Amino acid sequence: MLSDALKAKFDKIIARYPLKRSAIVPLLMFAQDEIGYVSDEAIEEIARRVEVRPIEVIEDIGYYSMLHRQPLGKYNIQVCTNVSCLLRGGEEILEHCSKKLGIGHKQTTPDGLFSLEEVECLGACCGAPAMQVNYDFYENLTPQKIDALIEKLRSDGAKKSP
Amino acid sequence: MSDYENYAKGSPLEVKVISKRFGIPNSASIDVYLQHDGYKALQKALGMKPDDVINEVKNSGLRGRGGAGFNAGMKWSFVPKQSSKPKYVVCNADESEPGTCKDRPLMEYDPHQLIEGILIAGYAIQSQQGFIYIRGEYRYLMEIVDRAIEEAYARGYLGKNILGSGFNFDLCTHTGAGAYECGEETALLNSLEGLRGYPRVKPPFPAVVGLYGGPTIINNVETLSNVPHIILNGAEWYAKLGTPKNGGTRLFCLSGCIARPGVYELPMGFPLRRMIEEVGGGVLGGKKLKGVIPGGSSCPVLTADEIDVAMDYDSVAKAGSMLGSGGVVVLDEDTCMVKVAQRIAKFYAHESCGWCVPCREGTAWLKNLLTRFHSGAGVEDDVDTGLDVALNILGKTLCPLGDAAAMPAISIFKKFRHEFEEHLRLGRCPYEKRTVSVA
Repeated sequence: MLSDALKAKFDKIIARYPLKRSAIVPLLMFAQDEIGYVSDEAIEEIARRVEVRPIEVIEDIGYYSMLHRQPLGKYNIQVCTNVSCLLRGGEEILEHCSKKLGIGHKQTTPDGLFSLEEVECLGACCGAPAMQVNYDFYENLTPQKIDALIEKLRSDGAKKSP
Repeated sequence: MSDYENYAKGSPLEVKVISKRFGIPNSASIDVYLQHDGYKALQKALGMKPDDVINEVKNSGLRGRGGAGFNAGMKWSFVPKQSSKPKYVVCNADESEPGTCKDRPLMEYDPHQLIEGILIAGYAIQSQQGFIYIRGEYRYLMEIVDRAIEEAYARGYLGKNILGSGFNFDLCTHTGAGAYECGEETALLNSLEGLRGYPRVKPPFPAVVGLYGGPTIINNVETLSNVPHIILNGAEWYAKLGTPKNGGTRLFCLSGCIARPGVYELPMGFPLRRMIEEVGGGVLGGKKLKGVIPGGSSCPVLTADEIDVAMDYDSVAKAGSMLGSGGVVVLDEDTCMVKVAQRIAKFYAHESCGWCVPCREGTAWLKNLLTRFHSGAGVEDDVDTGLDVALNILGKTLCPLGDAAAMPAISIFKKFRHEFEEHLRLGRCPYEKRTVSVA
């Protein structure tokens, strides 16, 4: 079930556009933020609200790399290895995360806490090497900083999970 | 939030126009903005004829900061005066050109400057609605810009009858969801209409047939952020900051093997060598320079011998590359150019939307060839084959993504052929893998 707050947000966003279907991607992003992924129910609901067929919503999901149909880890670690980060050790950071978490690109830990992704330029080039955990930026990374952050997220995650 | 230090380190050589409010506490709030000349340019513009606003921007020599470098006022002047369909202003905040991180501080530290620029653009072309298309990864920035938009509505700078002028304008943000291609203006329009971000055939240009079929101007965050300063201080003042036909200043993002990475505002035409040596503190660790990507990953690489160039659109073009998006990536002597070419090719193969065959197939070919080559399994014909593939993407696609993939590859194949030969001779990469280096 989508929350009432999310439904109210949907209404507000759709009203901004002269054409309702313009809201598809923003609605998918906000639904995903709440549910953790894009569910069948979210697709049906969005299609109904913007007056398109569900297949048209699914077409968009396939195009945009941030939208996904399966749950990711609670903390999705996205490491940039593009050129500015590459020159500052971005690949080492990715390998370090991979070893530390025991998972590879686009995999999730068995406890559902972490997933890992090698991503393209995040726009944090002057703070390379950089990564995002969900929407939060972490810059000027070192293996030590990664260790500290993962420990912190592990304890935060354990606290908040039921 | 970003680490402020990375984006506003400061250099005495800077000329601060659009970054002048960075570092002021609460610079994103409307109260601080109003204390520092905020919305004065809008007030002035609303007292001018729309055509005069367009001419002022045209004469200032402001050119598109997204990468194409087209005269912004000229772009606005292509919008028909009479239109049966509504006109739109779209701000391109889909910053995703590798090496570029300048729109981030502009939205984080001065969102009202951007809003004011959009309002003036809207008045100039007589539009009543605008959208700021922000890449999905920049969620925290969207929240900052959303708050600023709310403040502007509450104070009467957005909405109906703005400052009693009779001019109405609505503005909102729109989140992307991860697609480099949507930074291309026609793909962005499709994305904004809820479609996949495939490019459109031009002509018709968006200024005539754009969003929802109405005349539309699409400008980069930095381009629009300059507009209030041009209106307030005049075209002549702005033009004089730069070089002929290249008005103003520019945010340069120094990254890679540089001692002081950061976003610096420098006059257009600032010498690249001084930018690296004096502004950026030289190559990281005192190493030797091998090359520079002058304007984001889609630009041809300049070798260490080619850096005596003024950083404006025309001079960099004359030097065989592009000023692009202002992302200056410094490559030191320990950089493997085959690896750089491979990583850039991997990016474009990932981001090609697949609409045009030469780009869809060509970028995958380049990635596969360079990945195999760098792993030590290269063969002698590979350089010529790669060059041939790249040359067959160039100029054969609807949007510039194909060219963006081809140009850096061509430059590296040609200028660093000896590095490919070295890989072949050894049967492996002669360079050590990059590790984290703490300056």
